[in-house]
Amino acid sequence: MAEEAIKISGKKKSMFIDKVKQLLPDGGNLNLCLTCGACSSGCPATGLEGMDPRKFLRMAALGMDEELLKSEWAWMCTMCQRCIYVCPMKIDIPQLVFNVRGSRPRDERPKGILGSCNMALKHDTCSAMGASEEDFKFVVEDVAEEVRNTQVGWEELQAPVNKQGAMYFLNQNSREPVTEPDEMVPLWKILHLAGADWTYGTKGWAAENYCMFMADTESWKHIVEVKAKAVDDLGCKYWLNTE
Amino acid sequence: MSIIQLYAQWVREGKLKVNSDWNKDLKVKFTVQDPCQLVRKSLGDPVAEDLRYVVKAVVGEENFVDMTPNRSNNYCCGGGGGFLQSGLPEARREYGKLKFEQIMATGATYAITPCHNCHAQIHDLSEHFEGHYHTVHLWTMICLAMGILGPNERTYLGEDLAELLMPETREAEE
Ligand code: SF4
Ligand code: SF4
Repeated sequence: MAEEAIKISGKKKSMFIDKVKQLLPDGGNLNLCLTCGACSSGCPATGLEGMDPRKFLRMAALGMDEELLKSEWAWMCTMCQRCIYVCPMKIDIPQLVFNVRGSRPRDERPKGILGSCNMALKHDTCSAMGASEEDFKFVVEDVAEEVRNTQVGWEELQAPVNKQGAMYFLNQNSREPVTEPDEMVPLWKILHLAGADWTYGTKGWAAENYCMFMADTESWKHIVEVKAKAVDDLGCKYWLNTE
Repeated sequence: MSIIQLYAQWVREGKLKVNSDWNKDLKVKFTVQDPCQLVRKSLGDPVAEDLRYVVKAVVGEENFVDMTPNRSNNYCCGGGGGFLQSGLPEARREYGKLKFEQIMATGATYAITPCHNCHAQIHDLSEHFEGHYHTVHLWTMICLAMGILGPNERTYLGEDLAELLMPETREAEE
């Protein structure tokens, strides 16, 4: 596959390259590319918008910041890190992508991600779907009650909320309480059979964090802090991901 | 900490009494998606082994087919990084085509996806490219194998498993 020639428009210095270098102790190894193409050949985003990770890095190295910003490709790379994993020089292309994302004016970033991040900032639940503390508690208790009443052998099933001192603080993707609450039940049954000492928290229960995907570092940090505080306030030992 | 690690621990300790007898004759084939966030980006291959240990205990070793490549070297499905919310569905499906082909190559009729973004994306890929495989959460299969998966907890199962090992229910008292 012939690559489009990269046009060099005068001498420019890439701010992306510089930013990533400042950020990472070893400079993200961005200068060490051998142009071997291992990254691109195993990247599912290769070919989208005529771009691939090696080309993206090359363009940054050539100071083509404007072109990188204009392209939607930074939002098509999922920052999955497979390229670093296979790169002989461990070059951190996803970090570069993250910086390109973060360099767009905030309100021009993809609407769906922006909306989810903003929504999560509204409540201490951190739910990207806007579920409040009361909503969450109500749904969990309602579903648990229904199971106790209708499923033989599950009369004792518990789904504790805000239980002080539990070992595990379980988080939950907003999709379940908001759109398919019955999907939480299998998880509760497993925890019950295992005799796990667990709880949900009305604060910080939402597993998702779109502010991270949006490369909004401040909001990302805020969300992480709210969640960490929720775990600490309940005196739980582990933050347990359902995935 | 991931609950996958605990599932594996609890199966090993005998707290979760799963077995794959239900699938001895049915021989329904399963594959599993290694979520990038869980495996490559955080806990590495040990958690990928835990994941396989649980899946095999639940569906039967002979009914599990791995994708190639897999574990830390697995391809991202395209559901991560906010792609599902970015308003670029065509690019997202184009990205996911590689994953779709990887799943189809296993011949499995079920893909187990222990991550929400993967679940949504892989489910969408099956419908969009007409792959006709089903996309299920791991908790669904664990409970099915223990005979405790309730009637309202079977949304993602195909017709072949929809009624299997159905536990007893009763009318709610008002
Ligand atoms: S794998 Fe690494 S060294 Fe090879 S082309 Fe990609 S970034 Fe450069
Ligand atoms: S992080 Fe981005 S560039 Fe690297 S392999 Fe994944 S999608 Fe491709």
